[in-house]
Amino acid sequence: MSVTVDVAVVGAGPAGLAAAVAAAEAGARVAVVDAGNQPGGQFWRHAPETVRPEPDGHGHHGWSTYLDLRARFDAAQRAGRITYLPGLQVWMAEPGFTLHTTAAVAPAGAVPVAVTADRLVLCPGGYDRQLPVPGWDLPGVMAAGGIQAFIKANGALPGKRFIIAGTGPFLLPVAAGIAEAGGEVLAVLESSSPSAWLPHLRAASGVPGKALEGAEYAAVFARHRIPYRTRSIVTEVLGSGRAEGVRTARVDADGRARPGTGRVYADVDVVGFGWGFTPQLELPVSLGVDTRLDADGSLVGVVDERQQSSVPGVYLAGEVTGVGGAALAVLEGLAAGAAAARPDSGVPVKQPAAIVRHRRFAQAMHQAHPVPAAWQDWLTPDTTVCRCEEVTAGDITEAREELGARDVRSLKSFTRAGMGWCQGRVCGFAAACLGAGPGEAPDAGSLAASAKRPLAAPVGIGELAALD
Amino acid sequence: MNPQPVTITFDGRPLTATAGQSVGAALASQGITAWRSTRKGGKPRGLFCGIGVCFDCLVTVDGETNQRACLVEVCEGMEVEGS
Ligand SMILES: Cc1cc2nc3c(=O)[nH]c(=O)nc-3n(C[C@H](O)[C@H](O)[C@H](O)COP(=O)(O)OP(=O)(O)OC[C@H]3O[C@@H](n4cnc5c(N)ncnc54)[C@H](O)[C@@H]3O)c2cc1C
Ligand code: FES
Repeated sequence: MSVTVDVAVVGAGPAGLAAAVAAAEAGARVAVVDAGNQPGGQFWRHAPETVRPEPDGHGHHGWSTYLDLRARFDAAQRAGRITYLPGLQVWMAEPGFTLHTTAAVAPAGAVPVAVTADRLVLCPGGYDRQLPVPGWDLPGVMAAGGIQAFIKANGALPGKRFIIAGTGPFLLPVAAGIAEAGGEVLAVLESSSPSAWLPHLRAASGVPGKALEGAEYAAVFARHRIPYRTRSIVTEVLGSGRAEGVRTARVDADGRARPGTGRVYADVDVVGFGWGFTPQLELPVSLGVDTRLDADGSLVGVVDERQQSSVPGVYLAGEVTGVGGAALAVLEGLAAGAAAARPDSGVPVKQPAAIVRHRRFAQAMHQAHPVPAAWQDWLTPDTTVCRCEEVTAGDITEAREELGARDVRSLKSFTRAGMGWCQGRVCGFAAACLGAGPGEAPDAGSLAASAKRPLAAPVGIGELAALD
Repeated sequence: MNPQPVTITFDGRPLTATAGQSVGAALASQGITAWRSTRKGGKPRGLFCGIGVCFDCLVTVDGETNQRACLVEVCEGMEVEGS
């Protein structure tokens, strides 16, 4: 099956929904491809509407924005302006543009559709960024966002007693979500220090809604007595066969464990780690868009004031232009959708002031919550780094020291790190750091090599063969 | 409205789940945290990223191998096997 439209949108999260609505309302014929079975993306993920037809937005932020966008999305579908293609994953984007898709879940069997479009708006979002630590490959260890997604989609908890660790404001909604769903959060361990925010208060005051959100989480933390320990990390996940506890430590400003501060939390079911997010860049990179390093060390796509990338006709919105949260993703989606619908209006546009303010806030957030410079010190030689191919920190250090493998591509060929099922999505950032060496952060080139994936999703040999 | 209970099997054993749940959630709610062993080290694995990115959670669903348990929705009579 195939569909031809003016504008194809990839992703139906906050950015993609907004882009689709804006493009359709500006008169374009739009197709939306999303791996999910229903709109919402990560932020507005909710239980299947086939089972719970009227989600009440419990545990969600900005739910009225979602309901507004969703009503407009549904109306545009009914009017035949939006062709919605859920349950499909784009595994390749060809210049010109054609999107090749495959069913996200084979048993559900969504029929692959090839989408041809004059313009693309790519809104694929991102996923939790991970730093390996001894024991992080034990069952019961999850991505912090994965716990949140589990709760939002299933209305249930993946365990009873939780430790949440990493850095960034996102740890707060995760812990609050667990507590409100009836789980016990033994502690939230934040590697950064609260004073890290002080230089950034001006940027924060530009986005007053965030302060309000922060106050809500503070109230939840107080109500459930959740300890929030700053300058603290998990140094090891303990357990045999599954996570049973964690060893923690206080750290200095670089993230080095301070001697004598060790502590053990026992009877832990689930350990959630989140070190910010990694934008999903394979589709933009495969189309050749210019990228840059953002303040959080992530590789992101460069866009102009219309959200257009360096490749004419390819627009980007949401986490792929820089991790900045759902409100910013919506603003960018609206701008990108409108611009993609009327690409050559010739009128210079000014970037909406709200986007500028949210971007500034996001930058401040990244600077206050950096990946600790000394995180590589936490590893032991036998700590797993690449979970798929079971490559250890020792394997990677050896490839760097003995074989001179310093970039992700050489590490891949010498150690197989990043060659498994996930294609380096989970270990890519960590492997790039390890290749760069102790205390070093990876450069854009190394991260771009890690984001280069010939296939954006695993596909069957039949689908590959069907390409001319 | 409370979602319907559905019965699936996991490695041949019957297991009660809730309609709309993912296979991963159905297993985790029963205290099953691992259902796959790694190729090299034989180490146990279950849910990790929760959103279809890491492929740690692979299961066989109704004979279809390598399915992500965090994405597949349970349905009545579904046969799930670890790998
Ligand atoms: C697991 C997780 C949980 C999160 N929970 C929260 C939270 O509770 N609170 C909070 O403030 N922030 C949360 N975040 C951050 C938040 O999701 C983002 O700020 C926001 O969702 C960004 O919106 P987006 O539209 O850019 O991307 P997303 O919401 O991630 O939407 C991207 C969509 O694109 C789809 N997609 C990606 N690649 C493809 C492809 N190749 N083909 C087809 N479809 C594709 C995805 O399935 C998804 O539906 C979470 C992030 C993650 C990863
Ligand atoms: S838990 Fe990562 S793919 Fe399912």
